[in-house]
Amino acid sequence: MKAVSEGKKAERRLGLWLCAPAALVMIAVTAYPIIYSVWLSLQRYDLRFPAEREFVGLANYVTVLSNSYWWTAFGVTTFITVVSVVIELVLGMALALVMHRTLVARGLIRTVALIPYGIVTVVAAFSWRYAWEDTTGYLAQLFGDSAPLTQRASALAIIILAEVWKTVPFMALLLMAGLALVPEDLLKAASMDGATPWQRFTKVMLPVMKPAILVALLFRTLDAFRIFDNIFVLTSGAQQTGSVSMQTYNNLIRGLNLGVGSTMSVLIFLAVAVIAFLFVKVFGAAAPGNDGGKR
Amino acid sequence: MAEIVLDKVSKRYPDGALAVSDVDITIADGEFIILVGPSGCGKSTTLNMIAGLEDITGGELRIDGQRVNERAPKDRDIAMVFQSYALYPHMSVRENMAFPLRLAHVDKETVNRKVEEAARILDLGQHLDRKPGNLSGGQRQRVAMGRAIVRDPKAFLMDEPLSNLDAKLRVQMRTSVAKLQRRLGTTTVYVTHDQTEAMTLGDRVVVMRGGVVQQIGSPQSLYEQPVNLFVAGFIGSPSMNFLPATLADGQLRTPLGPVPLTDRIRRLVESSSAPREVIVGLRPEHFEDASLLDEAERSAGGTFTAAVEVMESMGSDKFAYFLVEGETATSAELDELAAESGSAEMTDNGAQIVTRLSAASPIKEGDEAEVWFDPDKLHLFDPKDGRTLTHTG
Repeated sequence: MKAVSEGKKAERRLGLWLCAPAALVMIAVTAYPIIYSVWLSLQRYDLRFPAEREFVGLANYVTVLSNSYWWTAFGVTTFITVVSVVIELVLGMALALVMHRTLVARGLIRTVALIPYGIVTVVAAFSWRYAWEDTTGYLAQLFGDSAPLTQRASALAIIILAEVWKTVPFMALLLMAGLALVPEDLLKAASMDGATPWQRFTKVMLPVMKPAILVALLFRTLDAFRIFDNIFVLTSGAQQTGSVSMQTYNNLIRGLNLGVGSTMSVLIFLAVAVIAFLFVKVFGAAAPGNDGGKR
Repeated sequence: MAEIVLDKVSKRYPDGALAVSDVDITIADGEFIILVGPSGCGKSTTLNMIAGLEDITGGELRIDGQRVNERAPKDRDIAMVFQSYALYPHMSVRENMAFPLRLAHVDKETVNRKVEEAARILDLGQHLDRKPGNLSGGQRQRVAMGRAIVRDPKAFLMDEPLSNLDAKLRVQMRTSVAKLQRRLGTTTVYVTHDQTEAMTLGDRVVVMRGGVVQQIGSPQSLYEQPVNLFVAGFIGSPSMNFLPATLADGQLRTPLGPVPLTDRIRRLVESSSAPREVIVGLRPEHFEDASLLDEAERSAGGTFTAAVEVMESMGSDKFAYFLVEGETATSAELDELAAESGSAEMTDNGAQIVTRLSAASPIKEGDEAEVWFDPDKLHLFDPKDGRTLTHTG
């Protein structure tokens, strides 16, 4: 490596100065709360008994991680995340292909498709709740005199339905950006090479847009793992349908137990970090372009 | 190996625009044919119709005597090389070249053998396990060729395959494409906008303009016997010089002075019922520095005197540019050519004449020079429709 020249050094210094304001804001609004909740998670701190506040080390973590409610919530969250993201990917891809290929009324179709994503989640969740409520819900009546929100399996299905309905357009939008990255010539070449439409899709289109798919999956997985509002409105976590975020809310806000609640939020933070790490390191490294050796 | 016949093939887009109109070409088995023309002339559309990537809206396309209008690209057994190379970025060179064979369910051993063989022909042996992203432009181009040849298809279609290469590599690859085609003997349709490529590569060249075929012929016949102003101006570099002229009393009145008609030209003009106002075309190589010629040669041609604006010495010969005052030749064809080459409105008060002089010529930039030209080599065109008046057929 050559020594960095004087001009380059000055440029780098200017760059750092220009980044500084943004970095400061980031520290104030994200780093501080994160560190503060880690600090809280190491203490026994229940607002109902403020006098008993003391530093307890990792005791809160032991409490949470050995608790079956936490693991149930963790299982429910993982289940909802995996199932809804898979469904979203498939439907989102289909919608993206339709929007990408549409020749007439392009703008209108894209706008219409995006409406669910534009509706506030809580509002949408309430309309799903009314639709599935027993005796009055128009969708519940389709299944006879049932109360789907009061049974675990059907309640989870409805939660997933609400999630999927809302976020498929977002997925489609991200995937459509990926579709635009597939050169038309590549698809033409594939059809000259003898590929059927399905082979063009699986052997050319999907591998080429893999980075875009991974980004879409990453965003959606992180988002889905933090699911809260749909469950809060639809079941309030009844019948073991609560997510880890619901558990955290119940402990931190309703239970006023800052110690245990913070522990849970730190655990969610760690889980999300692990998911992001896996996506970036395990899948991301194999993305085409940055050829890291074997395929 | 196949004969490809385009029988009054047309392409009309849904909005009514006619991109290609009644193209009639019979491409013989093993022939190397070039479609050439300025951008938007319909050459790529024609190629895409042969490939099956665009629907044919009129006429019939036959490969080996069979109508293939309705066949999907994969059922036509044709390989194509794209300007962008269209290599699959997620596959290695080997996988790229094997892709068409794998889709055709060829057994592994044969695939390997064919890929290795193509790699040897194209000198890609040591790059087989690399990804296209790590290859140079020339290597990518060769991989694209390799993907086409492994299949041993009925025909190759090439859509400006050398346009993305730098000038030196382009000339090199031009020779290797020609050699490869001769070696394989596969019918090849090659699209380019570069007339030099067209002239050097093809057995025959098809010049297109505005979706209409202007002339089909060997490179030499297009050069020597252009049927109209467009072909005359498009083929040849530097291009033919055009001047307005008046036919009267057995001679031509041109901005270069009066030019007597030779017997050959006179006969051709009489048989083609030429109008009074014509456009004269003269190729740069039909001029010479008058001082280098003896009296007999000089008197056999015309001469004019003008100041040399620019002198370009190429070593083997010299290009001298003169400004001839007076009117310039105008016609729709010439305007289009000027727009294409970006030379429109470059000369404001006269016509520019490019001449190719012997390297021995002592003429320097700024000199008043006497220049000789061969009146028997001139072409005459009708300014109204651009057709030639000196066609010998």
